[in-house]
Amino acid sequence: MEKYRIDPSKGMEFGIYTLGDHLADPRTGERISAKERIQQMVQLAQLADQAGIDFFSVGESHQPYFASQAHAVILAAIAQATEKIKIGSSSTILSTSDPVRVYENFATLDLISNGRAEIIAGRASRVGLFELLGYDLHNYEALFEEKFDLLLQLNEEEVVNWSGEFRRPLRNAEVLPRPVTGTLPIWRAVGGTPASAIKAGYAGVPMTVAMLGGPASVFKQTIDTYREALAASGYDPTQLPVATTGFFYAAETTQEALRDYYPHINEGMKKTNGQGFPKQLFAQGADHRSIINVGSPQQIIEKILYQHEQFGHQRYLAQLDFGGVPFEKMARNIEYIGTEILPAIKKYTKQGGAEQ
Amino acid sequence: MKVVGISGSIVGSKTKTAMSLLWEEMNKAYPNAEHVLLDLADYQLQFSDGRNYLDYTGDTAYVTEQIMQADILFIGTPIFQASIPGTLKNVFDLLPTQALRDKVAAIIVTAGSARHFLVAEQQLKPILSYMKAHLVSSYVFAEEKDFLNGNIINDDVHLRVQRLIEDAFDLAEAQASIRTKKEAEYDF
Repeated sequence: MEKYRIDPSKGMEFGIYTLGDHLADPRTGERISAKERIQQMVQLAQLADQAGIDFFSVGESHQPYFASQAHAVILAAIAQATEKIKIGSSSTILSTSDPVRVYENFATLDLISNGRAEIIAGRASRVGLFELLGYDLHNYEALFEEKFDLLLQLNEEEVVNWSGEFRRPLRNAEVLPRPVTGTLPIWRAVGGTPASAIKAGYAGVPMTVAMLGGPASVFKQTIDTYREALAASGYDPTQLPVATTGFFYAAETTQEALRDYYPHINEGMKKTNGQGFPKQLFAQGADHRSIINVGSPQQIIEKILYQHEQFGHQRYLAQLDFGGVPFEKMARNIEYIGTEILPAIKKYTKQGGAEQ
Repeated sequence: MKVVGISGSIVGSKTKTAMSLLWEEMNKAYPNAEHVLLDLADYQLQFSDGRNYLDYTGDTAYVTEQIMQADILFIGTPIFQASIPGTLKNVFDLLPTQALRDKVAAIIVTAGSARHFLVAEQQLKPILSYMKAHLVSSYVFAEEKDFLNGNIINDDVHLRVQRLIEDAFDLAEAQASIRTKKEAEYDF
């Protein structure tokens, strides 16, 4: 775990992630400017840092209703504005970038932030960026696999010899600068299904897995499959961290949380994914077995601990800003996390921690 | 209420004839419904490559967006090689897995012979169910002998088409009111 800058003795890590979506608040129909939205992400990271939250990450998207095309640049601003919080991407779309460039950016980010930078690399769920950035969608899988292998090699070796299909070979190439501790934590972003979790397992890399809706037990299969693949490839599953991600929203009561967040999720999904989020499924989010962490702080604590019992994961990432949530509501959420949720999660998940 | 019709083949005339009849009858019975009839012969659709439907362009984007906006879908299909045509299957493949959630789907089948009657039951309905449509359980089946010179000459088919339209609209209304009531109960 040390290689990934994770100390299990301190308990499960709690993080915040934003996809960098740039959507109107469905209650007012008004959308802030891209400038305001980007500054909002930086401010949110600052609040998270002050609240003692472990991690903050920004996604990369190249399509309408997003402001995070240059996510590494936003992360640089966040690095400068924060002190302790770890920062990363969620995720970096590696398929349409040069891994050398990505590594240079994030190694630099690591130096700016004094050793706080990480990469979560993924394949993109929307694919408009292939045309925008000049790649062929037919190579969707091959591009990612090749580039991810190269990225891992750049992380391990200071002088690299490499050849592949999608970029010129590297001959004794020195990729600089080097990160503070020599290597960066590099994670593979995984959708909910076991298929890509298996790939992360075979490669022996940590996994960040997206969980949109449904019971925890369904996603447990994905995590079990990952650990089985790790073991089958000769890796020690206890040394490779797992992070989960999903919708999060805390309010005084569960009903208030559901009422507050639902329009943002539903309208936001329509715009970014082409279909709304079923109300029935969202209502089931109140059940302690559901993966959606929406509710009162106490209920969220119980859910996260239940998920931790199921998954044994090392990090949970909360998405609380989706679909034009007003900033004061985000700030209120950070407050709930900092004062109630985070202390309870740490207390119960650290090694030798209090029994539930 | 938005109604979208799909004439699911790019060759032949029977399905188009059947869909034209259905459209005529619908205009009489529900003159205020907003409707679009998509004859696949008029569009250049690319094969599905798994991307989100919002990421397609041109005709493929137009056809998928129309279907996603529909409340009621009338699907007209011929039977080719004991199944639905590939052109129609491709339309389903272009859409998200739960694309037909909260939509009503009704089927009209044309075929060269009565031996194909169960094809829609066994091959089209499972697809629509998988995609979460509310299905009008009975469908209209018209075969070779029901057609003459671009018209349907079997009165029974005409009356069945009228009932199919009525059933689809009734089902859509009933489902919408169930949904409204249910969603109000959630109180969020």
